[in-house]
Amino acid sequence: MTAMIFIITILGLTASLTLYRVIFGPTPWDRLIAVNLISSKVVMLMVSTAIFFERRIYLDVALVYAIIGFVSIIAISKFLEGEGTNRK
Amino acid sequence: MIAYLFIFLGLVFIFFGTIGIIRFPDIYTRLQTSSKCDAAGATALLVGLILKEGLDSFSLRILTILVFLLLTNPVSSHAIARSAAIRGIKPWRKGKRG
Repeated sequence: MTAMIFIITILGLTASLTLYRVIFGPTPWDRLIAVNLISSKVVMLMVSTAIFFERRIYLDVALVYAIIGFVSIIAISKFLEGEGTNRK
Repeated sequence: MIAYLFIFLGLVFIFFGTIGIIRFPDIYTRLQTSSKCDAAGATALLVGLILKEGLDSFSLRILTILVFLLLTNPVSSHAIARSAAIRGIKPWRKGKRG
């Protein structure tokens, strides 16, 4: 159980450190990379939390969160590629 | 014991990937370390958790999440890099400004 608390602490700490690049990133793509990384870390955090509390429902929540994160990253990167409606 | 070895390896990959995404100078280098942190770190950590839990429906569901992460992380990284390259972001060179 101590090992699970250690894993959850490290994952939360590194996700908070990644938030630095979301706030101070020079370009929108830096923020997109950092949001992608935070989404992946939150999925791992949910799996660890599901094992720690022994609740199986958190694994379904993690899977749906991964799907929504993937679709949103693809949509935002396609949007930034065309810069709205001003495509040449 | 080998489960904790895998978990420790995954945590090391995740920690150094986070340091890389803070310290690296460019979009493409940051994308490289972010993708490494996703693929290697998530794979090692989730394989360690599967070995720790043993084989039942719980760990089978973790395996589904792992396969989904391994399928989607390269696709999203490639989409971000393609969008940045189309909008004209130049790669960082040593000696130049930035």
